[in-house]
Amino acid sequence: MCLGSENGVIHVGFFKNLFTSKAKKLEAEKYKIGMAKTRSNVLSHLKELLDSADRLDDDLFDELEEIFIMADIGVNTVVKIVDHLRDRVGLNDVTTPEDLKEMIIDEMFKLYVKDEIVSSNLDIADDRVNVILFVGVNGVGKTTTIAKVAHEYKSKGKRVLMVAGDTFRAGAINQLGIWAERVGADFFKKEEGSDPSSVMYDAISYAKEHDIDLILCDTAGRLQNKKNLMKELEKIHKVIGREIDGAPHETLLVIDATTGQNGLSQAKIFDDVTNISGIVLTKLDGTAKGGIVLAIRDEMGIPIKYVGLGEKLTDLEHFDIEEYIYGMFEGIF
Amino acid sequence: MAFENLTDRLQMAMRRVTGKGRLTEKDIDEMMREVRLSLLEADVNFKVVRDFTKEVKAQALGEKILKGLNPGQQVVKIVNDELQKVMGDKAAPLALNMVGITKIMLVGLQGAGKTTTAGKLALFLRKNNNQKPLLVALDVYRPAAVEQLKTLGAQLNVDVFEKGTTHKPEQIIKEAMAYAVDNGNTVVIADTAGRLHVDHSMMDELVRVKDIMKPNEILLTLDAMTGQDAVTVAANFNETLSVTGAILTKLDGDTRGGAALSLRRVTNVPIKLMGMGEKLDQLEVFHPERMASRILGMGDVMTLVDKVTENIDEDDMMGMMEKMMSGKFNYNDYLKQLKMIKRMGSLGGILKLIPGMSKALKNQDIDEKQLVFVEAMISSMTKEERRNPKLIQRSSSRRRRIANGSGRRVADVNRLIQSLDQQTTMMKRMGNMDPQAMQRGGNPLAAMQPQPKKKKGKGKNKRRYPF
Repeated sequence: MCLGSENGVIHVGFFKNLFTSKAKKLEAEKYKIGMAKTRSNVLSHLKELLDSADRLDDDLFDELEEIFIMADIGVNTVVKIVDHLRDRVGLNDVTTPEDLKEMIIDEMFKLYVKDEIVSSNLDIADDRVNVILFVGVNGVGKTTTIAKVAHEYKSKGKRVLMVAGDTFRAGAINQLGIWAERVGADFFKKEEGSDPSSVMYDAISYAKEHDIDLILCDTAGRLQNKKNLMKELEKIHKVIGREIDGAPHETLLVIDATTGQNGLSQAKIFDDVTNISGIVLTKLDGTAKGGIVLAIRDEMGIPIKYVGLGEKLTDLEHFDIEEYIYGMFEGIF
Repeated sequence: MAFENLTDRLQMAMRRVTGKGRLTEKDIDEMMREVRLSLLEADVNFKVVRDFTKEVKAQALGEKILKGLNPGQQVVKIVNDELQKVMGDKAAPLALNMVGITKIMLVGLQGAGKTTTAGKLALFLRKNNNQKPLLVALDVYRPAAVEQLKTLGAQLNVDVFEKGTTHKPEQIIKEAMAYAVDNGNTVVIADTAGRLHVDHSMMDELVRVKDIMKPNEILLTLDAMTGQDAVTVAANFNETLSVTGAILTKLDGDTRGGAALSLRRVTNVPIKLMGMGEKLDQLEVFHPERMASRILGMGDVMTLVDKVTENIDEDDMMGMMEKMMSGKFNYNDYLKQLKMIKRMGSLGGILKLIPGMSKALKNQDIDEKQLVFVEAMISSMTKEERRNPKLIQRSSSRRRRIANGSGRRVADVNRLIQSLDQQTTMMKRMGNMDPQAMQRGGNPLAAMQPQPKKKKGKGKNKRRYPF
């Protein structure tokens, strides 16, 4: 991954170069539409701020801080970004708000990429039964996300099994069943109130018998401070690992874009219990920015795999940091 | 790492200042930065935070620092007071019609918890208000949402009106209202589909449902974990529908729930109920005054700071301390001390405020009833006895008289004597500034323990500390 800065020296024009490829721009359009409200509500404020400022003073940095906070990027992470910006402004003798724009984008990239190769592809192999476990708090959109992922892999020609692991919430099994029918995926369920671990166990036997390529496991939404429910999840995770070596191959934490600082607590505790391999950021088509996922990446290193941009089956995109930042900042430049 | 609560934050910021006695504007600015970060970490909207800290700063500048508190605590108190002002001080009840059908409409984003809340609300109204609720399934979009409401209705034995997913919500609500009249329901709860506040066609649908239903209450259901966007969501729903109240869901999580403050500040609608768990009876009346300390992340301590400042006359306190430390501590002082504690309320909580005490007291149950008994015993003493504790110590007939007079046993009187004795010893040591000795010393609350304790080896103890 090419970055705009090496050893703190900025390459001016990096951001502009980033979006010169036409294909890239077209791809980014989807984010742009999804995040239209995001930009107009919040980040146009950033444009205003930078356009009207004639000096880079403390007030400007304070306002920058607020703008990032507004995107729900965690407080610690925001303080870090702004401190870096201050340092670099000092180091590079930057004096105009125009140059600061480049630097902001650059800092966001660095923050996300962390000098690593980050891929939003899932660890799905051809020669095995793949298992993806979906976890998260209540109401974030786990079931809908599973339907979308199932749709993606169905179109890639995989045989997909959707497992109704939410045996608690009224109507949850049915909800997933309706989706499975629409997607044309296999569907495995037991009756409401069953032990979810036993559902997984039986689903895996079903998958082995029916030549399934990919198992998508739904789980009941649970608040991360509920000890018993987290124990239950731990058990689900263990049972899957016992039945298929190396499974679950992905454990995805689904986070609602409207979530604030609590997202960090969610990531930490769910990661303790199930070893989160990636984040799905849902409901990005509203006005919320879901910036907390940047804090999660920053503090815990967990990458974002998908973003949800609407209610249709096709409204799920692989996460691309360039597009995400483009969606957030396009209006500024 | 992040600080858990505002007190910690302010204490860090104020390390340099303690002992200065007076705060400069610069000190206050520094503290305001901590206040600001603390509120932002609690997800209070940044604009709300900005106005809020401005107000707090003005307050802090004007106020004199109370002797009993350090500057950090004092700012915490001001912040708490201001927060409570915004949140309101009373629980706001639901508007229920005495005659005719009460109509309630639940609205909100996807995944806020409307359907579950609808079920909970039905149970809540039946149990607490003797209503006969009808749940109406208007979410014809989310797969199995109707099914979910039906299942809840069956679990609760509450009537559910649904027309599947093929009818328009406007049509369904019209029929549901007629059904409610025939069926003798006293309250109708409409569960609408979750929608984005920026989805105009979906918001228009809500307006049409509202026009048909003419609800008494339009309750915005909001996830307590919502971040900065809570303001936008609440403002949009409120502009479109004029909501009458809010329900904060998932408050049983570990979120600090700053969204509640944003919501209050921006829409000025009261939060009426809160969801406290997945079980259907876990819907409670929202108590705004408790929310302030949750947002600050500091539990009941806030309230205690408040109580201490309200109820203790600082000079009284200082005089008492001096007396204690000099070792001239008699029953009059003891009584005064008790009354102070009583005025402050929860004894265990107050003691935790005293540095070093919270650990020492962690596992001790303090029976507040014992305070009354002690008071009764002291009241049965003569003036002379109260002034001079030795009189009682020396005479068993005096002790018997006091026991009879107060309706206690002689053993209780003995325990009181012992307690005063221990306290005097402890205070003397405290005067010598030896915190270790204090920890190992007698328990000042011995007389208030419900169970008599075994006598401690006082003589031995004394020899260990010859000074």
